[in-house]
Amino acid sequence: MTRVTRFAARDPGPAARVVGFMAHLRENGLKLGVHETATALRALCEIDAIDPRQARLALKSVCAGSADDAARFDDLFDAYWLNEGRVRQKVVRDATRNERHSRSSLSSEGESAASGGRIHSPDDGSKAEDVSAEGTGRLVATTARNLMKRDLRELVDPADIAEAERLARRLAAAIRDRRSRRRRAARKGAGIDFRRLVRQSIATGGEPFALPRRRRPDRPVRLSLLCDVSGSMTVYARVYLAFLAGLIRADRTADAYLFHTRLVRITEALRDDDPLRALNRLTLLADGFGGGSRIAGNLDRFARTYARQFVDGRSVVVILSDGYDTDPPDKMTAALTRLKTRGCRIVWLNPLAGWKGYEPVARAMAAARPHLDLFAPAGTLAALAGLEAELSRI
Amino acid sequence: MSDWTALGESFASKGYIASPELTMALHIALTLGRPLLLEGAAGVGKTEVARTLAAVKDTRLIRLQCYEGLDAAHAIYEWNYQRQLLSIRAAAEGGETGRAVEDRIFSEEFLLQRPLLEAIRQETPPVLLIDEIDRADEEFEAYLLEVLSDFQITVPELGTITARSIPHVILTSNGTRDLSDALRRRCIYAHVDYPTREAELAILAARCPQVEERLAHQIVGFVQALRKEDLEKKPGVAEMLDFAAALAGLGLADLTADPVVLQASLATLLKTEADRAAIASEVAQRLAGTAS
Repeated sequence: MTRVTRFAARDPGPAARVVGFMAHLRENGLKLGVHETATALRALCEIDAIDPRQARLALKSVCAGSADDAARFDDLFDAYWLNEGRVRQKVVRDATRNERHSRSSLSSEGESAASGGRIHSPDDGSKAEDVSAEGTGRLVATTARNLMKRDLRELVDPADIAEAERLARRLAAAIRDRRSRRRRAARKGAGIDFRRLVRQSIATGGEPFALPRRRRPDRPVRLSLLCDVSGSMTVYARVYLAFLAGLIRADRTADAYLFHTRLVRITEALRDDDPLRALNRLTLLADGFGGGSRIAGNLDRFARTYARQFVDGRSVVVILSDGYDTDPPDKMTAALTRLKTRGCRIVWLNPLAGWKGYEPVARAMAAARPHLDLFAPAGTLAALAGLEAELSRI
Repeated sequence: MSDWTALGESFASKGYIASPELTMALHIALTLGRPLLLEGAAGVGKTEVARTLAAVKDTRLIRLQCYEGLDAAHAIYEWNYQRQLLSIRAAAEGGETGRAVEDRIFSEEFLLQRPLLEAIRQETPPVLLIDEIDRADEEFEAYLLEVLSDFQITVPELGTITARSIPHVILTSNGTRDLSDALRRRCIYAHVDYPTREAELAILAARCPQVEERLAHQIVGFVQALRKEDLEKKPGVAEMLDFAAALAGLGLADLTADPVVLQASLATLLKTEADRAAIASEVAQRLAGTAS
């Protein structure tokens, strides 16, 4: 019990501490509104709130809203309530700002990109010299720098995201706009379903009462994007991450992952209302950024885990990678075959493919080619924009 | 003893061993009258929670199975069109006036109740299970939100029907799509995981008391080891119980005793061809050997 946080003496009471805890959760990306705070307080009244175990379980059931949240909750709880006597200064801080980030306000407009969110990560060093080197994100063949400890905020700025968002929305529309060839019964529709009309009118003595209609249903395509952020890809990371961020914010059903030596799902992080904070969360997730690349291993992992949940016959999986892999090529074949069994289409965008005289000689790339529905160059935002026509064909 | 541990024990007495997390979530949901959203892999016993709750509360279980294309007519209410037409015909012969007929055919008598409407019209609060909500369309989810927050349903011809009692709502999701934040927000949340070794032993003891303790340890150890293997479909709790029942039925006292019987009874655990191929006889033997 000695681990329990000692609060400042001027702290007004338990209710304010819970409010402070909710603010703490909000800052860490849990989407909670005012209503949840009230529920949390009511829940605490229903149990023996002095017992940390009960309080933890009760607050968890109220505050967590997804499996990810539930997994993170214990650490957040410890950090606030059990931080070994460190006094926390402001209990309620800046409530108006937090309000903006409460649930249900997922704004997909670019305007939120302009609003300056606060950066919550404490380390902010080593920024100055690299910014100019980033350039405009054009395809440049510089020697790869070691970005092991690099902050993603340096790589992408909100203006980029706003630009990428516009582009991503167009591309997503190009890929997603799929109307079925068949027609199905619908409440509102272009044409009258005569077959059904006649059948139904029999029941009413040959008089057509209801006019059943039909239309072509939408068959939206789901996008899953896997972005390689290994060492060899760092020069393109800026463009691709902006693209990913834009796409996720523009398309509610899209899904994004980063991989280097591990695979990380970043969809939730990128959906954060505040683009800067989204990047912060990304930085925390992308631990090992710029490290080695295990493309086949990660694709295999994707096919075995997330793909089961999020990829089906109406999905397009987009892989953004240069194909320099440390895994053996036959593993790549196996991984893509496994992914293909989900019935999806696979697009591989390779930044190097834009180079004059490029041949997919990287062994992994050569192994992957037969399984791809589209293999295209994409090193810059402009190049990505050029893909609109091709993507709408696959 | 506090309320929530008592709840856990009454669940245990009905044969459901709930984790502390789940018990607390249930307790909060029941006391605050909020819906409970359960997420987790298939086969961890999400639906069973609702059944057990109905048994504990000694009340009805009303189940709404969601599927793609589920609409209001199947979830809330529908008019009995055939009966209405018949009664119009009959009225025409009897010389009833149009107005009277209209009043009559849009009355309670001609209303077909579907699960949601049925649930809010019960005298005693029932358990309303909305199963696999992630399969329903987003439009339906939005409508459901309205029902779950107000507990009233408007039938244009009859007016608004307000709940006589607030049902205990349990929603389950397998995660085939992300649910909306609004729905998550409305609900108390619990993530149901595969049970721990001790919990699974307790489940086995509660459901299949005929299995001897030594074999029970082996079965649970084997299934837990199997879940760590690289499988397409991990065996859930129900599969484990089937497996135990199969072994008990075959009269096997030791998992390692007969490789042929073990391999045959794996049919209860592994449900795809690839998984069957992945767990060859030798692998099964090795797992069974380390499990005991």
